[in-house]
Amino acid sequence: MTAATINRGPKTAGQMLISVLKYVLLLMLTVVALVPFVWMVSSSLKTSVDVFSIPMKWIPEEFHWENYLQIWERVPLMAYFKNTAVLAVIVTFMQILTSSFAAYAFAKMNFKGRDFLFMCYIGTIAVPWQVYMVPQFIMMRSVGLYDTIWALVALQSFSAFGVFLMRQFYMGIPNDLSEAARIDGLSEYGIWARIILPLAKPAIATLCIFTFVNTWNDYMGPMIYLTTDLRKTIQVGLRRFIQAYSADYNLIMAASLCSLLPVAVVFLFLQRYFIEGIATTGMKG
Amino acid sequence: MTKSAVNTSRKMGRLERHNTLVAYSFLAPNFIGFVVFTLIPVIFSVVLAFMDWSGGSKITWAGLDNFFYIFKDFSFTKSNLGIALKNTVFYTVATVPLTIACALGLALVLNKAVKGAKFFRAVFFFPYVASLVAICVCWNFLLMKNGPVNQMLNLLGFNMTKSWTSSRDLAIWAIIIVSVWRNAGYYMVMYLAGLQGVPAELYEAATMDGANGWQKFTKVTLPMLTPTTFFVSIMLIISCFKIYDVVAIMTQGGPGRSTKMLVTYIFELSFGGEGIATSAQYGVASAVSMVLLAIVLLVTFVQFRGEKKWVNYM
Repeated sequence: MTAATINRGPKTAGQMLISVLKYVLLLMLTVVALVPFVWMVSSSLKTSVDVFSIPMKWIPEEFHWENYLQIWERVPLMAYFKNTAVLAVIVTFMQILTSSFAAYAFAKMNFKGRDFLFMCYIGTIAVPWQVYMVPQFIMMRSVGLYDTIWALVALQSFSAFGVFLMRQFYMGIPNDLSEAARIDGLSEYGIWARIILPLAKPAIATLCIFTFVNTWNDYMGPMIYLTTDLRKTIQVGLRRFIQAYSADYNLIMAASLCSLLPVAVVFLFLQRYFIEGIATTGMKG
Repeated sequence: MTKSAVNTSRKMGRLERHNTLVAYSFLAPNFIGFVVFTLIPVIFSVVLAFMDWSGGSKITWAGLDNFFYIFKDFSFTKSNLGIALKNTVFYTVATVPLTIACALGLALVLNKAVKGAKFFRAVFFFPYVASLVAICVCWNFLLMKNGPVNQMLNLLGFNMTKSWTSSRDLAIWAIIIVSVWRNAGYYMVMYLAGLQGVPAELYEAATMDGANGWQKFTKVTLPMLTPTTFFVSIMLIISCFKIYDVVAIMTQGGPGRSTKMLVTYIFELSFGGEGIATSAQYGVASAVSMVLLAIVLLVTFVQFRGEKKWVNYM
């Protein structure tokens, strides 16, 4: 008999109590984690006056669904969404393409200066973006990319982090596979496309989701670079909305909720990759 | 050397050169972008710290003037750099232990076989991916003068008469609360991975020796988790020193200068808060950036050294 089966015997009262307490604790923690979101939903369905009612009400007396229609008329929310989606898709695509390509050279090839170059990459991961955002801004402005999404594409498409993440994953793929393919006459490009890339799907998924969510949620970049209202992304657009309609908290909450919906959907379906990605790389995007 | 050996080595040389070219072609797309948009700005920022430039065509060598300027009349209550440093350190010292405690707590609860562990894990992690502006504005709302949090605290007998973000004492705590709430789930995942690595035999042995739950926690779990805790602390300290966006959205560094952080200060000098400053002081801003860089590199260095020395068993 194994230890597991012994443990499955009838529980004592003490054990029962502990497991009940554990679930009570878990539920309380869930409430703490989710309360802001519940409050968001609840406020978004109230009138702008009821939002501040004392004592507070968690369930609105009347549901004002029309709030969700009004927000689209007040500010060009649709344009913000479109801009953000375009930006996030381009950046994610570029990031995956260039990182998975560069990582192959670092992980599977021998060439002069490899270790030195890789050290350069690692070294810049340690330098916070906040340190060089100013020179970067000056540079982008001087080449005329200021107030275009291309500045942000250039900024985020070539991150050293992506290369690092992909390289770490490639290192785990046995060299015998690429050696065998080399003997069979496959070119390095062929090995990358036919052997390494298909095996690296989990790493690609992780990088994909991280890049998408980071780009979607990025606030500082768009705030520095985008000034024309119709070119703004959802985060800075939402901020503008808040400043313009600071009295209408119901509308602010409705717009906020809409802004996090796409990320919530992505997270819901792909959360496994997020969590595994962090656990294995232990790095921040 | 025989003729054939010379031939082979020549062939090898050509092959090697060809190989290097192929490798460079793999690197090129990323590397060119990386050099232009990251490496050059990094070097530029170091140079800029010794220059005097307000964005116009005139750019002059300033030597150490920018550093003299930011350290002039240095004090933690009056000078801009002093206040920014004090606030950032205060924020870091409060946020790091609180986040670690919450993350470890969540991980410990979830690590025991519970039904729906995956569901709870996702719930606790969600604040980390939720869009920042939305959650900041929501917390601003929750922490308002007559907001839910103050109403609850008043019921408990506190006398809350101000919204958190407009109180000089509480504003920084509003930032700390949001940061802890947002990041706990992220570091929980790291702790869950760390807990997976603790061998079950250790607990069995501790049980044989008659250890109770608390003793197992302090004598087995915590010591075995020191590498994780060390790594998490370093990551947290670095990310705390870089704090900006939560501050920008919730308090803009105010009221007064009570939540002004290092990066907030860099921002004001170069972009004048939000948008472009009329008289940007890029040189001075870069000098402040160098202070931030020095701190972050110091912490990274400690990690580098510590990783080798750190042992599990105290």
